Amino acid sequence: MLSCVGCPVLSRVLSGGASRLPAVAAAASRTPNPSTSLSAGSSVALVRYNTTAQQEKPKKTKFGPLADQDRIFTNLYGRHDWRLKGALSRGDWYKTKEILEKGVDWILNEIKVSGLRGRGGAGFPTGMKWGFMNKPSDGRPKYLVVNADEGEPGTCKDREIMRNDPHKLVEGCLVAGRAMGARAAYIYIRGEFYNESSNLQVAINEAYGAGLIGKNACGSGYDFDVFVMRGAGAYICGEETALIESIEGKQGKPRLKPPFPADVGVFGCPTTVANVETVAVAPTICRRGGTWFAGFGRERNSGTKLFNISGHVNTPCTVEEEMSIPLKELIERHAGGVRGGWDNLLCVIPGGSSTPLIPRHVCDDVMMDFDGLIQAQTGLGTAALIVMDKSTDVIRAIARLIEFYKHESCGQCTPCREGVDWMNKMMWRFVKGDARAAEIDMIWELSKQIEGHTICALGDGAAWPVQILLPQGLIRHFRPIMESRIAEFEQKQQAKA
Amino acid sequence: TPTLCFCPLGILFMGFMYSKCGQWELKTSTGRQVRSLHQSAARAGGAGLFVHRDTTDNNPETPFEFTPENLKRVEAIINNYPQGHKQAATIPVLDLAQRQHGWLPISAMNKVRTKGNRHEQTPCLSKPFHFLFLHSGIKVGETTPDKLFTLAEVECLGACVNAPMVQINDNYYEDLKPSDIEQILDELNAGRVPPPGPRNGRFSCEPAGGLTSLTEPPPGPGVGVRADL
Repeated sequence: MLSCVGCPVLSRVLSGGASRLPAVAAAASRTPNPSTSLSAGSSVALVRYNTTAQQEKPKKTKFGPLADQDRIFTNLYGRHDWRLKGALSRGDWYKTKEILEKGVDWILNEIKVSGLRGRGGAGFPTGMKWGFMNKPSDGRPKYLVVNADEGEPGTCKDREIMRNDPHKLVEGCLVAGRAMGARAAYIYIRGEFYNESSNLQVAINEAYGAGLIGKNACGSGYDFDVFVMRGAGAYICGEETALIESIEGKQGKPRLKPPFPADVGVFGCPTTVANVETVAVAPTICRRGGTWFAGFGRERNSGTKLFNISGHVNTPCTVEEEMSIPLKELIERHAGGVRGGWDNLLCVIPGGSSTPLIPRHVCDDVMMDFDGLIQAQTGLGTAALIVMDKSTDVIRAIARLIEFYKHESCGQCTPCREGVDWMNKMMWRFVKGDARAAEIDMIWELSKQIEGHTICALGDGAAWPVQILLPQGLIRHFRPIMESRIAEFEQKQQAKA
Repeated sequence: TPTLCFCPLGILFMGFMYSKCGQWELKTSTGRQVRSLHQSAARAGGAGLFVHRDTTDNNPETPFEFTPENLKRVEAIINNYPQGHKQAATIPVLDLAQRQHGWLPISAMNKVRTKGNRHEQTPCLSKPFHFLFLHSGIKVGETTPDKLFTLAEVECLGACVNAPMVQINDNYYEDLKPSDIEQILDELNAGRVPPPGPRNGRFSCEPAGGLTSLTEPPPGPGVGVRADL
């Protein structure tokens, strides 16, 4: 579908190169010309006459499926050799020296042009974020910290990168580190991923042995070290400031921001914390070009993404797909469809447990990218889909999620420590129906008191799943379930009495 | 042996109770934190008490020393971090102490600074794992009498597309059915370590019905690379 861009004098020309047509009337009243009718999905060149404005490239309307040659993580399923030899044969470490020699500004520009947005959940434009470190040194070394904590329920993508394609990450650390002027990278990997961190350490040792990192990395004259640091099992250590605290050997309790890590980070030095996937795609973007990466997905949501599809699907899996692919197509093509057919779908959590769930009618046509899901009042997060079919007790599911947040709260600030525990207790009573109808509004108010009033985003992550149960213009059919359960419980109590 | 548990005020704490072989035990349906006062260092909650209580086995006098080989490792770990920030080595060195000793006594923590037993089984929250309780005979937070197995319910293990799964020590056992768990526990009891990974025939995280992506061989170096590098 083409939308008029405001130029009063337009004529449409089929891309097949028809002859010049007379100027059509102004934008307000456009009568469709049968000879230039378009079929949905075809691309048409919009030619503006009587204007010096640049011609627009046709906007892409169909996203996915991705062709294998466009996939970045070619060993996602671990079928090929993950060590250095295998990585070299798949194109890693190719012309890395040339990339490093191009310099900081060139690398940052490529990342900006690519439109890469953080793959760890927040979706902050990566080029901008890495650019914050591009300031003259004040004597303190700069560090890159890679967040491989992967604690968000539903997410298991970084694990595959680290055990099957670790050299992409190591090379990414070097390229990203160069872009920031960093002295070293610390990869903080969660303690449970022992075998994955083992593969990663072997890959790092191989890279050191081959002179690819360390002193004079790749022969470019730049010194760069990479260290692996294993965590010890805390979700909160995936939060960037808590991660920094944990690397420093202290308890993983988040800091207030400001000061931001780019000013005061790990060991008191300027630091950027980046997700594994964001860092691992950087060398490929530099090699193939930022414009290549920007060719996938919608504007401002460009590139490819690793999706984890779990829950009530026939074949749960991890898959690399184009951004902005429709949710329905993603599930049906790669995960074998919803158990019992698409009509058996109840709702989907699109981006890990911290993102609000979306009901069936939204799932029918929503696109999997940052902006599309924000419009649906949720978020892309880490693109970890949790699919729930009609057999799900959605109140119990949300209650279990809140219990997760209650366990994982670090306890620093009162709204999270007290509020999430309070919400947890209320939710488990809602599961049984042992509550009053007025408490539904009370839990809503409670979640609003937590959201935005905490030191870190764990409070928000706990508050949002609860809010989704209320009909604030979004989910109309979960509040009735809660109320009917309360009524049932009351009836049972009266019958006992 | 299961015991009745009283809170400090002497009031019987009523959780979700059920009877097993005629003995009453205190248990929560999902292994949530239970307040209880035990004579032994037995556990509460998903993975144990978070406060240390001295026992005959585990007190500040419990002997612990790093082996010479491990001391070299400790030094290597400490060298990863800049001067003035060597505290950062805390977690890796504690982990090393646990691997050496099998579990982490308070004396080791005092030498450096988490607790575990020989085989820690940890199912994650995504799918209920009740049959694990039945086969091993222990409940969440407990250790088997031969001290071989401890069951802990943790929140998330980051292997969601391979659920149901458990982590046993360092290995993930994925895509499990009840019969798989019985097999795994029997093998561990026999002193063997079963191979980790999915048990339903797939290799890692690909769709079980067959590959829907990466069906072509991966391109070699230089494919698609821009001309101006």
